[in-house]
Amino acid sequence: MSDEAKRKPAKRPRAEMPCQDPAERVRNFNEVALGYDEELAVAEAERCLSCKDSKCRDGCPVDVDISGFIAKIRDRDFRGAYEAIKGTNSLPAICGRVCPQETQCEAKCLLGRKGEPIAIGRLERFAADWAMSQGKDRPADIKPNGRRVAIVGSGPAGLTCAGDLAKKGYEVTIFEALHAPGGVLVYGIPEFRLPKRIVAEEIDNLRALGVNIQCDVVVGRTITVDELFDEGYDAVFLGTGAGLPMFMNIPGETLNGVYSANEFLTRTNLMKAYLFPEWDTPIKVGRRVAVVGAGNVAMDSVRCAKRLGAEEAIIVYRRSEAEMPARLEEVHHAKEEGVIFHTLTNPVRILGDEKGWVCGLECLRMELGEPDDSGRRRPIPVKGSEFVLEVDTVVMALGTTPNPLVSQTTPGLEVNRWGCLVTRDEDGLTTRDLVWAAGDAVTGAATVILAMGGGKKAAAAIDRVLRG
Amino acid sequence: MFEILKKRDLTPVTKLFVVEAPLVARKARPGQFVIVRVTESGERIPLTIADYDAGAGTVTIVVQEVGLTSRLVGALGEGERILDFVGPLGRPAPLTDRGPVVLVGGGFGVAPIYPIAKVLKTKGVKVISIIGARTKDLLILEEEMRSVSDELLVATDDGSKGHKGFVTDVLKQLIESGREIEEVIAIGPMVMMRAVSRTTEPYKLRTLVSLDPIMVDGTGMCGACRCTVGGEVKFACVDGPIFDAHQVDFDEAVRRGHMYDAEQKLALAKLEVAATGGRGGCACGGGR
Repeated sequence: MSDEAKRKPAKRPRAEMPCQDPAERVRNFNEVALGYDEELAVAEAERCLSCKDSKCRDGCPVDVDISGFIAKIRDRDFRGAYEAIKGTNSLPAICGRVCPQETQCEAKCLLGRKGEPIAIGRLERFAADWAMSQGKDRPADIKPNGRRVAIVGSGPAGLTCAGDLAKKGYEVTIFEALHAPGGVLVYGIPEFRLPKRIVAEEIDNLRALGVNIQCDVVVGRTITVDELFDEGYDAVFLGTGAGLPMFMNIPGETLNGVYSANEFLTRTNLMKAYLFPEWDTPIKVGRRVAVVGAGNVAMDSVRCAKRLGAEEAIIVYRRSEAEMPARLEEVHHAKEEGVIFHTLTNPVRILGDEKGWVCGLECLRMELGEPDDSGRRRPIPVKGSEFVLEVDTVVMALGTTPNPLVSQTTPGLEVNRWGCLVTRDEDGLTTRDLVWAAGDAVTGAATVILAMGGGKKAAAAIDRVLRG
Repeated sequence: MFEILKKRDLTPVTKLFVVEAPLVARKARPGQFVIVRVTESGERIPLTIADYDAGAGTVTIVVQEVGLTSRLVGALGEGERILDFVGPLGRPAPLTDRGPVVLVGGGFGVAPIYPIAKVLKTKGVKVISIIGARTKDLLILEEEMRSVSDELLVATDDGSKGHKGFVTDVLKQLIESGREIEEVIAIGPMVMMRAVSRTTEPYKLRTLVSLDPIMVDGTGMCGACRCTVGGEVKFACVDGPIFDAHQVDFDEAVRRGHMYDAEQKLALAKLEVAATGGRGGCACGGGR
């Protein structure tokens, strides 16, 4: 390090994240980003300006004391850093990995005006991983307050709400429809981006707070919201996510070899199809896979396809790269891994062979016109530009909508025209008294951290109302 | 964990289990199903509910050992536990108050027909049941079906019991005889349901079938169970599994059911190897 850099750490570029080599990682499901070691973390923390009136915290949906925890890393008080984060964020190892920091906390960082913002996410992950390496969290000293809250869904919104309420002394039970807790963190986000061991540890931390988790219970089928109240719960929180896959409604979508991204990712991640036949759930990948869409779910799908052995894994997206909703980092990683991008390309038909298996994806070329309602330039088909991509598998990653099982079986619980739960206030109170909701079930498909922020607000509101 | 309270071998490859699952039992209705998983590394498979008793907190399932997971389930015994048992899923069968209703059960499809017959019977609806199998040893739940049917007709492919031939022959005769029939509900192998649908279609006789597609979550999340009904794509897990037979694209449903045949073969081969390895014993000498 030069003397100049030593004097002014803020002028140094941010510490690079060590990553698995692309050629190597496309052959395994191990985590891509390897994490900072202590030296990298301290060096990066030294870049922080420790602004008096720090703006980064405003960018955090769960209000983490960012400059506070970074100062502690700089001082090598890693335990203190972890505890500073845990003060408001019950899932730091997860947030440090999957939050879109570049549009939140890091977007507000003063350093970002001239150079690179401080790597808040990487430092958060470092603190959380460091704490995990030191063993389990100490069991908190919690006084039960005798009130019971039922949480529906164990994804980010539900886990956060559960953690906050448990810390306040509530008896919290989470009901999860699948056989494992975690929601999108376990069925959706792949192992190479968020190791399931990390999710399991964060959930164990919640259990240590006294949170009870009941898997295999589908609220709306096994038990209804009203029955939860009958059983003595004082309040219900709905963190049921947006689990219903969307399709394009183009011909050929029921051919063998067409998946929703939900199915493709659930088979791969939750059911560990990449370990078939050691694990029992199979998946069909084929030689060439087209993933339609360009959000984070599409990137996860296409990168899974590559790792599952596809020779060519292709993103098909109707707009241009500039409009892609995925995080830049995900697009960057996908490119490094050899994913092919067909932008300004819109599928119109899936072609099948004589046995009903996918053999091609007929597409139209697009060009960009005037901006539409979303502010993005509207894609317009180029006449006569039809062409066929030869593929064996098509994965539809077009977004998801909330599952209606709860709303259909809960009288008085209103949804809007997109199927999202209607909330009456900022805290997520639904149209039913004593029923709160947050996360994708309210907002439609969004991010882990927004769901966590919503779960947190709802927990505070539940506490206020139940304490009267 | 869900304890198996009772097990009965209905045929060498068809097993009935009474499972302790109080929450599922309280809500179960005819036509619904559960999703079952038996090992940590196991698949999730749907199984149609064959009976339930809310008072006793039990749910009955019948498993035909065809694939890897159904064999693993079939190998479980009384007192053992099923790792995951989720439900009741799907929409209950829409049951009419007006009979007579003809119920057609083929092979192990007789099992899910049974609770439908039972409820219709308690509603006072006249039930004519036709049950069938390849041969009389594979015929299941005959006595149970007799007890909840006003009339029970049997067909076996080889004629070893009842009519020699298919359940559809018996159904056709019944329709042709001019007997009053309000509707038909058929559950069994996809090809049987397709045949029933083709039998009743010319008579415009309302017919319901229960589709049994590949599923993962069973709650509307994955879409593996997509089927085309009346030209629209439906999810069998949340929109079904019971549909108007005359609207179902059976050829597509049959084709989609074969999506993982190659993988199934591989998984079964692995199971065979494990089984032989077990029988052969190791060479450590511990068994001498």
